[in-house]
Amino acid sequence: MAAERIFMGYRRENDRVGIRNHVVVLPVDDISNAACEAVANNIKGVQALPHSYGRLQFGADLELTFRTLIGTGCNPNVAAVIVIGIEPGWTKRIVDGIAATGKPVEGFAIEEHGDIDTVARASRKAKEFVQWATEKQREEASLDELHIATKCGESDTTSGLGSCPTVGNLIDKVDVAGATTCFGETSELTGAEMICADRAATPEAREKFVRTWNAYNDFINENKTDDLSESQPTKGNIAGGLTTIEEKAFGNLQKIGKVARYIDVLEPAETPAKGAGLYFMDTSSAAAECNTLQAAAGFVVHLFPTGQGNIIGNPIMPVIKLTANPKTARTMAEHIDLDVSGLLRREMNLDEAGDRLIDITLRTCNGRMTAAEALGHREFVITKLYRSA
Amino acid sequence: MQPHFLVHDNGDNVGVAVVEGIAAGAELSGWVMDTDETITLKAKDAIPLGHKIALKALPEGETVVKYGHDVGRVVAGVEPGGHVHVQNVKTKRW
Repeated sequence: MAAERIFMGYRRENDRVGIRNHVVVLPVDDISNAACEAVANNIKGVQALPHSYGRLQFGADLELTFRTLIGTGCNPNVAAVIVIGIEPGWTKRIVDGIAATGKPVEGFAIEEHGDIDTVARASRKAKEFVQWATEKQREEASLDELHIATKCGESDTTSGLGSCPTVGNLIDKVDVAGATTCFGETSELTGAEMICADRAATPEAREKFVRTWNAYNDFINENKTDDLSESQPTKGNIAGGLTTIEEKAFGNLQKIGKVARYIDVLEPAETPAKGAGLYFMDTSSAAAECNTLQAAAGFVVHLFPTGQGNIIGNPIMPVIKLTANPKTARTMAEHIDLDVSGLLRREMNLDEAGDRLIDITLRTCNGRMTAAEALGHREFVITKLYRSA
Repeated sequence: MQPHFLVHDNGDNVGVAVVEGIAAGAELSGWVMDTDETITLKAKDAIPLGHKIALKALPEGETVVKYGHDVGRVVAGVEPGGHVHVQNVKTKRW
């Protein structure tokens, strides 16, 4: 079976396997973006990950930002990391978090030095890191070492008919092979939440999911000003024929297949700790936010079914786009890695579609660039829980 | 033959158009995926690709059933073959 195949990846110091070999320059805070981008401009093969936050956050929101930044640096698709922050304390906290993996990481604080001197020193270290990283060789790894995340976007009714069940077929197959997989999108399960609850592997996981979904639903009920139509479902969803959140939820849930059961419920950006299997992560359904959280939890490849044609990418985690919408496959072809619209024409069955997705996933793991990588989509968005102090 | 619309579950009261350009009055064939049956229906309205078509009359207050589950309530009656969307169906949540 296709699911028993191997792939060629980069084995890191902590024995996790990555499928890309990035050297990243990670800002601790918004005001350090300029220095990080200057380093990435100086040294080829290095990329900066600018973002909008990191100042005056507190409590759970601050913890999530730390977990996201540290997790991004820890992701096995990243070979080495330069961290730049305005001051040394939080910079060191992120450096220390990433250093726990054993990978090369060095921090620089801008205060008392200024941008120019900091950029010069960080650039010399980045050059050293990229020359070290580019000598790394891919080696054989098996599916049980692969961490695969999924999320759908700009969904329409073809997502529930074709592209999401195709991901579900893959999930069922790789679950048996011992892969670690993850789905999320808490609010987008509304209407199908009890069906999702029943897919928990244990009463503990079920109870955790119900508690997590209730908390998100309470938050929406406290803050909504209407029935969320045009936000959830989005304008694009509605254009594609989805009418209600309940309809969207049942389509979304097709991504976890028919058999696999989730073994645990993760906090946003939390690393799975219960071994191989399917995990649910508490995330929003905004694509860049969800994907950034999944990458920060160590997932190295992403499966993204789309209906109307969401064009999302991620800077460190390749995002594989599939669609069952024949019009999207035609008009948005450059964004689509796998066209499964044949499912709607009865030209292929779900088992064949799932095997094709496994094939393109393994080719992507071996180095083939996704459409989003080739087009330069590198959306990196931190989930902000509430206002800063 | 390629179906014009698909139905997830045998108990559903809506199907989904899977071809472009369905015009009002068109004679349509649909594939019920659950039972592998083929059904026929006349389009009452134009149905865009991906949009839903009523398989039977859906009076106001009726529950829309898709995937065999409740996906919303009818707020304006729909005739068989009619276009089912935000103009006549609303969420029961939020």
